[in-house]
Amino acid sequence: MRVEHTVKKDGLYVKLLGELDEHSSAIVRTRLDELTDRVFSERLVLDMSELTFMDSTGVGVLLGRYKKLKSRGVPIYIKSPRPNVERVLVLSGIYNIMYKAV
Amino acid sequence: MKNQMTMIFDAVSQNEAFARNAVAAFCVPLDPTIDELNDIKTAVSEAVTNCIVHAYENTPNGAVCIKTTIQNNSVHIVVSDEGVGIEDIDAARQPFFTTKPGEERSGMGFTVMESFMDELAVEHNHPTGTIVSMTKTIRGADWKGKKR
Repeated sequence: MRVEHTVKKDGLYVKLLGELDEHSSAIVRTRLDELTDRVFSERLVLDMSELTFMDSTGVGVLLGRYKKLKSRGVPIYIKSPRPNVERVLVLSGIYNIMYKAV
Repeated sequence: MKNQMTMIFDAVSQNEAFARNAVAAFCVPLDPTIDELNDIKTAVSEAVTNCIVHAYENTPNGAVCIKTTIQNNSVHIVVSDEGVGIEDIDAARQPFFTTKPGEERSGMGFTVMESFMDELAVEHNHPTGTIVSMTKTIRGADWKGKKR
């Protein structure tokens, strides 16, 4: 599991590469917290185009980041999830609290 | 034709990917679509995560057993552990239910299994632990073509 980031004018872009499950969740959680604590941005964009697998553990990671960033007024956008990941995201109702990036 | 595979492995998180990929690979002779394979992988991952995180509470020395049977066009997967067990199975199956609210758990594990598979049964293992049984009919790409 790899986490890459780019800081752009309109937000912090974080790309998730690999499989997000219980085993890799700690890496993603820690890395996202490090980045969002260090980089001030008006929004967080999670690029999931290279995320090949995610189960509900990943949803838990997203919910945790949402709670943390909500208090700072930073919205989370989800970009280009693959169909299998999108299915888990939709089922969990994540789009009630996060946005789809266009 | 019936074919069966049983695997037993340590309840540690690095085995999750192995478990879901092994079960998916075993189902390939049924000629599933990519979506069907992904559904199976996700459901297996949820069941194994439950064993590691809840049944054995991330302690070593636990074992997970997965028995996979393919017959005709269906796959039947039984994931069992000998961990602490589930006190209230009905409650555990409700969406967003979690016994670990402080650990960023979504509480969606059983909901995902139920949604991605055709049948799901959860029962107590004896003397301790849990048995999760899941079944999915593999329709394959041909079925989609006929549907159109």
